[in-house]
Amino acid sequence: MASTAIGYCSDVVRFQGLLQALVARPYWMVSVIAAAYYFHWGVVRISLGNVLVIASMLVIFVLALVLPFPTHGNVVDAEEPIAPAAIAVGRSWTVRVRTRLSRVVPPGQALPDRQPVYVASWIYVFGVLSLAGFVVVVATGFVLAIEGATWWHTSSTGHFVNSTHLWSVELFFAVMVMHLWGKFFMAAWRGGRGITWVTGMVAFFGSIGTAFTGYLTQSNFDSQWISTQAKDGLNASGVGAFFNVLNGSQMLMWHITLLPLIVGIVVVMHVIMIRRHGVVPPIDAESPVAAVAFEDAAVEEAATVAPVPFEDAAVEEAATVGVAP
Amino acid sequence: MTPDSHAFPTRPYDLVKEFVIALGVMAVLTLILAAVFSSPDDKAITLQSWAKATPNDVVATATAELAGTSTSAGYGAPYNHGSPGQNIGPLSLQRWAGVRIPIDSAKDLVTDPLRSLSGDPTVAAALTTWDAATPEKQQAWAGSYSDALTAAPDGNPAAVAAGDYGPVPALANGELSLALNGGLEGLLAAQSTFYANDSTKPLVLLADGSYLESQARAQSLGGNQWGMMNETGNYPGQPWLWGYTFWYQVKPFSTSGNADALIWGLMAVLSLVLILLPWIPGLRRLPRYLGVHRLIWRRSYTTSPPRRPPSSQ
Repeated sequence: MASTAIGYCSDVVRFQGLLQALVARPYWMVSVIAAAYYFHWGVVRISLGNVLVIASMLVIFVLALVLPFPTHGNVVDAEEPIAPAAIAVGRSWTVRVRTRLSRVVPPGQALPDRQPVYVASWIYVFGVLSLAGFVVVVATGFVLAIEGATWWHTSSTGHFVNSTHLWSVELFFAVMVMHLWGKFFMAAWRGGRGITWVTGMVAFFGSIGTAFTGYLTQSNFDSQWISTQAKDGLNASGVGAFFNVLNGSQMLMWHITLLPLIVGIVVVMHVIMIRRHGVVPPIDAESPVAAVAFEDAAVEEAATVAPVPFEDAAVEEAATVGVAP
Repeated sequence: MTPDSHAFPTRPYDLVKEFVIALGVMAVLTLILAAVFSSPDDKAITLQSWAKATPNDVVATATAELAGTSTSAGYGAPYNHGSPGQNIGPLSLQRWAGVRIPIDSAKDLVTDPLRSLSGDPTVAAALTTWDAATPEKQQAWAGSYSDALTAAPDGNPAAVAAGDYGPVPALANGELSLALNGGLEGLLAAQSTFYANDSTKPLVLLADGSYLESQARAQSLGGNQWGMMNETGNYPGQPWLWGYTFWYQVKPFSTSGNADALIWGLMAVLSLVLILLPWIPGLRRLPRYLGVHRLIWRRSYTTSPPRRPPSSQ
């Protein structure tokens, strides 16, 4: 007991001395890190850094328990619908984001169960095949990553998984390029679909980059040759100084994290754009609203209500809830 | 003006079922192709295998590093200031990027690894002599030895004519010994750290030699063999790179010292054109004139004939 008390007092003295040193020396932060000061309390041995972290957490937690939480706005019973005026739309970021998100795709068009009648060609399947191919590429890469980058060199199972990843990439590129051909011949950028086209092209070029880094991370003769050749083009353009294709670990990180994430985000944007605008009508097609015969009631109803461009409808809806477009 | 797609008649279409079927098709095709064709895995060339296969090439490469005449020694950015690098007209992008991956070919690739051979008195003495010499003397020794190796039958160091080569033959031979013992990769990749995750220096040394390229060209992977599109063996490679590798086959690029920079610039412009196609007058009307859309939408055009084309899209 006495020895413990003496040890504790010694720790206090040493700590006081450390505090003086911290105040006196200009590079006190470096001193704290370099000193590695430890407290000894019986069987407990804990560093100053850890004590500070734990103490800070306890203080913050207690403050969170006792400090009053600010609230504002009208309290509304659960059964009552919330009137638009009750929503602090001018200040609520949540309402702004929700309204913005609800305007991205027309109601019912995020996952519609109907398609325009002109969607009647096998050319249209290459888009969904590209999406499915992307999923298979990511899934096979996921399995390949489980055992590490060199697993496939020493395991027949690993080699098979690598083969699935390679062939899924070949299939993915095949269907994606055919999808690109189809969309080009359809001039699918018409009708405000320019961003759809752009996101598709960016996804294409991003996929090329992802595949390229994949070849670099094979850790075999292919990687050696491709990297030592590709470096010249990249270095000549200045990119190679930052993107070192000879650095296998950098290329692996780009291949399994950065590029798939970027490509994935762009693909999601691409699909959202498609759902937003719908499938592009045929070149020189007439709007069926203007040319309809009136014997069909459904068509008559459509003819009496001129189709409002989606963006205008969103603006109108936003105005009714007081949200600026 | 393109009509709103939501104004057209519709029919039932199960998107989720379509996706699930597509997923199944792609997954099954992947499994079948993988099972039938597998995937290529030509083993990496180790510096040891290089040394065993073509020891004379290793000696010649080490000598070139010491002489400053190897590809890496005179590369320029991002490795060193050995040359101004490539440029696109007034744009020296390579040089502007700076030396961010510094490699001193003689020091990093030869003399530093050799310093680990503390038990070899010949190499130790050669290093002492090398370190004590002026840069001009070092280059003279190494340049002379490089020329002598080139003149020797099959580049054989044992058949080199007598001359003043200083410690260079011992250093080059020491490099060969290191490679043959299998320790050179580790010394190059992990000179000051335990984890050797960066293969830059071993690959630069390997690429400075001629063995790597000879192995690649034997499989039609060379630059002027459309190699960028190819894969080892009979496997399909990267056919989508046809547009990039094409330019390397034709003049003026095929004979230009700035081919890499010029082709990268050209491909950047072409890619931008492709991305911005919807806004490029003339090009964006190309699909209309090509007429393939009439095949795609032939059923639609039969029931709803197209209107007269407007003057502008």
